[in-house]
Amino acid sequence: MNNLKELYAYRQMIFSLVKKDLRGRYKGSVLGFLWTFINPLLQLVVYTVVFSFILKTNIERYYLYLFVALIPWIFFSSSITVGAASVVAQKDLIKKIYFPRMVIPISYVTSCFVNMLLCFIVIFAVIIVSGAGVNFVALLTLPVIMIVEYVLALGMAMLTSAITVYFRDLEHILGIVSMAWMYMTPIMYDKSIVPERLMPIFNLNPMTHVIECYRAVLYSKQIPDLTSLLSAAGLGIFFLILGGLVFNKLQKRFAEEL
Amino acid sequence: MQKNDIVIDVENITKSFKIYLDKGGQLKEKLLFRKRNRYEERKVLKGVSFQIKKGEAIGLIGHNGCGKSTTLKLLTRIMYPDSGKITMNGRVSSLLELGAGFHPDMSGRENIYTNASIFGLTKKEIDGRLQEIVDFSELGDFIDNPVRTYSSGMYMRLAFSVAINVDADILLIDEILAVGDANFQTKCFNKLREIKAQGTTIVIVSHSLGQIEQICDRSIWIHEGLVRAEGPPKEIDLEYLDFMSKKLQENNQKALEKAEAAAEQQNDEPQQEETNASAAEEEAHEEEEKPDIKRWGSGKARIRKIRITTADGSPQTAFRTGQKIIFRLDYTVKEKISDAVFGIGIFNRDGVQCYGTNTRIDKLARFDLTKSGSVEIALDDVELLAGEYLIDFAIETGEGIPVDYYREACKIEMLASLGDVGVVRIPHSWKL
Repeated sequence: MNNLKELYAYRQMIFSLVKKDLRGRYKGSVLGFLWTFINPLLQLVVYTVVFSFILKTNIERYYLYLFVALIPWIFFSSSITVGAASVVAQKDLIKKIYFPRMVIPISYVTSCFVNMLLCFIVIFAVIIVSGAGVNFVALLTLPVIMIVEYVLALGMAMLTSAITVYFRDLEHILGIVSMAWMYMTPIMYDKSIVPERLMPIFNLNPMTHVIECYRAVLYSKQIPDLTSLLSAAGLGIFFLILGGLVFNKLQKRFAEEL
Repeated sequence: MQKNDIVIDVENITKSFKIYLDKGGQLKEKLLFRKRNRYEERKVLKGVSFQIKKGEAIGLIGHNGCGKSTTLKLLTRIMYPDSGKITMNGRVSSLLELGAGFHPDMSGRENIYTNASIFGLTKKEIDGRLQEIVDFSELGDFIDNPVRTYSSGMYMRLAFSVAINVDADILLIDEILAVGDANFQTKCFNKLREIKAQGTTIVIVSHSLGQIEQICDRSIWIHEGLVRAEGPPKEIDLEYLDFMSKKLQENNQKALEKAEAAAEQQNDEPQQEETNASAAEEEAHEEEEKPDIKRWGSGKARIRKIRITTADGSPQTAFRTGQKIIFRLDYTVKEKISDAVFGIGIFNRDGVQCYGTNTRIDKLARFDLTKSGSVEIALDDVELLAGEYLIDFAIETGEGIPVDYYREACKIEMLASLGDVGVVRIPHSWKL
């Protein structure tokens, strides 16, 4: 409880770290902040070309089908992979000065989150341009889905960033893990093609539910399945608490290990 | 001591560090080279306890590696104790590392926001202090330039201004006030006094006992991981100085013994010069190689041994300013010297003669040296300030012809608790 109070007191630090991160991300590049929008758009172009002309699928508007799942996935995967290195990257600060260490993963995940929100501008632009249309009632659930994903990503980032301090290989292992995880999540394909006996694994994967929810709202124009949303929320909270506890335990020796 | 008065309560804390002989954090190394993960555990703090009241200023003193900086790091919560408990009440600001999180490409003003936010200030709080911070840093218009364009002095000034203006309840300082020029240091000192008067608790780690005495109400002396003494800075600092001078003395004594042993060996077996040279301590070695530079004279008499003692006769080579120092010279006489004169000269590190006298100047009765013996000179109040001093001794004839002029025959070290400057302390008093 005290931890939360302290984190609240340090909100300005989170804010300035997020700002520093977002500003610094495309520093020195000619197009600068525009890359935030150009990057997802170019990805969209690549996927459209590949899946419309080479690997033809029978899913209608596949580019949108993929895109609304891919943007949230990128947020999640960068939270855990790059987020894992976030504490190590700030070692100068950690060794020199006190602040609640959780500020670091929180601000990193938040900056990824803000980045995703900006990408959503592109998603909506594509939805409108392609004439797919939206369901406004379903859209009201979108913030809830986003918060659930944020909670989940934060929990995972706390877990990975704290463990990476003691075990640096994790950062590289996570690259492979995140790739495998992506293929174990119905992002490029539909959940319906998953073999029955693998279903339990897919259901335990919190990202399956999160992606399904995004897709329901943005692609199928439906209110997401409540069980899906609740399972995602439940797993999200579980990982947040687990991540928080582990982080709290491990952070005591950060200054010595770094 | 009322319970709610105490802002820092340190209860029996211990801390040890693992010193890895060969550190490997990778999986491969952890699995394959188990032996490489061998480490030595070094216990730095062995159960330190103290309490600090609100508004108190505390100086932590002790020699290098005694654990005082570790204590400070534990107080800032950068590290955590292995056992024991630390309770701190209030916002903590530290001047351990100034300018943490400064971004070189951002302007001074933006960096104030980032840096202050690391101390846990909200934007509103920073807004309220911004002017004060800018004024204190004396940066003026430079405040909107990127920090990378700053000189190191400007950088430190800005960092110090932020850290000291966060209105902390507890301020932790490690080796401060090496910041900026003399004017800025004075300003920092005054600011420290001001915030102390406002009720801020201050903990300072410093080697400069003068600084501690100026600002602290209490000194805590940490020695080998334990609190050895605590009390008013004047008393504790003196105790500490005494202890340090004894320690220094022991070290010097050891070096001296080694040198003497080497010298004796040299006398016994003059033909085995090479082996002796390697066995001898470096200092002794030096003396042997260029004896003519440091020592000259007719050689009819020779200073054999010099002993330096305190008033009560215990051997010592490090003294506090104002102490009595006694030099005792043993000499041997080969040929009779009539109307002999003994002399002494004290030089500081810069080669400036701080004092010099001889038996003639002091109008002692005329005497001859006929056989070996010893002579003693007692310096009553040696008001020399901190530093190392080299002592010359000489035996001359009445006509001023050197018999044995021994340059830099020995050295003493003066330790001062006050921060006064110059060559000697002039006894003084103020009237206001």
